[in-house]
Amino acid sequence: MSSSETSKNLLAAQSHSSNRLGNLISKRPEFVTLGLLVAICIAVSIANPAFLTPTSLIDIGRASVVIGLFALGVFVILAAGGIDVSFTAIAALTMYAVTLLVQTCAPGLPIIFVFAVAVIGGIILGVVNGYLVYTLNAPSLIVTIGTQYLFRGGLLAFIGTTWIMELPGEMGTFGRVSLLEFEAANGAVVSLPMYFLILPAAAILTWWITRRTLMGRAIFSLGGNPEVTARLGYNVKIVHLFLFGYSGALAGLAGIVHATANRLANPFDLVGTEIAVIAAVVLGGARITGGTGSVIGTMLGVLLVVVVDNVLVMVGIPSTWQRVFVGAFILLAAAFFVTRQRKFKPTK
Amino acid sequence: MRTKDGHFTVLIALIVILMTSGALVSDGQYLSLFNLQSMAGQVPEIGLLAIGVMLAMSVGNGGIELSGIALANLSGVVAATVAACFVSASGEPATFSLIFILAALTVGLLGGLLNGLLIAYLKITAILCTLGTQMFFIGLAVVLSDGRSVRVGAPAPLYDIGNGYLFEVPVSFLLFISVACFIGFVLRYTPFGLWLMMTGSNPKASEYAGFPKHKVIVATYTVSGILSSLAGIIIASRTINVKWDYGTSYLLVAILIAVMAGVRPEGGYGRVVCVVLSAITLQLMSSMLNFMELSNFVRDFAWGALLLGFLAIGRFRLIDFFSPQVRAVSSSVQSPQAQKQ
Repeated sequence: MSSSETSKNLLAAQSHSSNRLGNLISKRPEFVTLGLLVAICIAVSIANPAFLTPTSLIDIGRASVVIGLFALGVFVILAAGGIDVSFTAIAALTMYAVTLLVQTCAPGLPIIFVFAVAVIGGIILGVVNGYLVYTLNAPSLIVTIGTQYLFRGGLLAFIGTTWIMELPGEMGTFGRVSLLEFEAANGAVVSLPMYFLILPAAAILTWWITRRTLMGRAIFSLGGNPEVTARLGYNVKIVHLFLFGYSGALAGLAGIVHATANRLANPFDLVGTEIAVIAAVVLGGARITGGTGSVIGTMLGVLLVVVVDNVLVMVGIPSTWQRVFVGAFILLAAAFFVTRQRKFKPTK
Repeated sequence: MRTKDGHFTVLIALIVILMTSGALVSDGQYLSLFNLQSMAGQVPEIGLLAIGVMLAMSVGNGGIELSGIALANLSGVVAATVAACFVSASGEPATFSLIFILAALTVGLLGGLLNGLLIAYLKITAILCTLGTQMFFIGLAVVLSDGRSVRVGAPAPLYDIGNGYLFEVPVSFLLFISVACFIGFVLRYTPFGLWLMMTGSNPKASEYAGFPKHKVIVATYTVSGILSSLAGIIIASRTINVKWDYGTSYLLVAILIAVMAGVRPEGGYGRVVCVVLSAITLQLMSSMLNFMELSNFVRDFAWGALLLGFLAIGRFRLIDFFSPQVRAVSSSVQSPQAQKQ
């Protein structure tokens, strides 16, 4: 009898502690992302010590800028209960159109104005998205699939299909300005480029908007319950325009960063990477049904996706298997988060 | 739910207009037997995928099927690989075709089942789940084929599915129409069809009514997967080779067809006959753009614009303004939606 009692106590204690853990996970799912990231990093650096060298870490940092900017935009929209797949088309369109514009009209334009023009272009396209999602009252996935084709088809049909190999003026040199320089073991100099700073800046801005402003409240509230949000007196239309416009601005920014980093404006680029970005945001703990998520989690999710992408080759998994792994990873992680969140939902 | 919604009339009108204007633009070439046959031969693959999307949308819960074309290509690749292991395509065409078709359908069934189980029991949102399985299926196809295209060849019975004619009508088109009729019948006259639509229009009420909600969702996505693999079989027999990246734009086009057919994206309503008509309409338009010698990119642009246009038509119920007695019925159905504004 005593043994059964102790086991009962033990069970109770276990369920108590797992409940606490569950609460923590459902409140701050980014801890799971962090844990996963750390686990993968440890496993990989044991399997292949080359992973922890500055070269590969800087590669990861560089690779995460564009996807990170996209992810911040997707996070804001996901938090408001929508979904966006047109951001890559916005990025490609603004990237190519702005490069063409700078090349033909003002080759000497300082880089800061180039970014400004791209951001404005992105905002305009994003606002179109927001307006359509609001007025058509249709699922934003379907609307943005439509605008993706509209933007990309418009770019390729009416603007141009040729690569711009020689970026004009400062756009060509900005990608090479470095922030930090290391000498790698083999003597080659690896550098962390200046444009890397754009990502933390955008992340801080997004954090400030979502956590410190009324707009942030409105966004999360819209994701939680649109009807209540409207009754609380938020102007749902403005919120829609803002969040899609913001996401568009980030996409425009990401497009120019992509072009300067590769020193090439390729109109066929970028479109097709949406799934990885959405996966990153969801892995960062944002529920796809809206109302949750955090900037930190999103950034961790981005790192996770970039690391997994880079690491598969390092641990000897052939690149043909990459999609299988990423796809399976998305499903497993999604299932994990969903079951956790359901099991440990606080009782009302 | 069973009321007419006007989309049927509009689509018929569109088909007539497109056929006449096509004939005028091309001096009658547009309506030649050859062109009609080639258009009818191109409808089935995309039409089958669109019916799959329609089923997934109708079952509600934010249902959508984004893995359709990936699953179609995967089933083609798997079937070609498996069938080539047992017999050679030129030696025993009949056995080869049989094995090919069975293998493809099995893959479709398993893929659809996977989607359904993940969505119904693990409660993963359909968007996320089918995005994940899309990548998974593409990845499997790449691994199996090493990224290259797999040769199927032209074994007689299989080749005839995609290229043969029965009374001057392409066999694939007849197959598509019969599958569509079957699905339409099931949706309209069986309890499963009722459960499916009711689960879509009000999941909570249907659960309290005692419908086997999870099983309905699993069955729906499984059927959708089988339809994808049928599309895969037709693609394989039409193109002779199968490749993992065939028809990347089909993802949008299938959704476009469903929306044009008046399938409600939030679930609970959709008619198979409208999906068939809207697939035909889209094919007519696509051929028309070809006749006018416009590039593929213009077509992408046009599809995007068309999708948004039809969403607007659905949203503002433009069609209903022309049929007053229908309007009363659907506006009462629509009222919970109207409160959102």
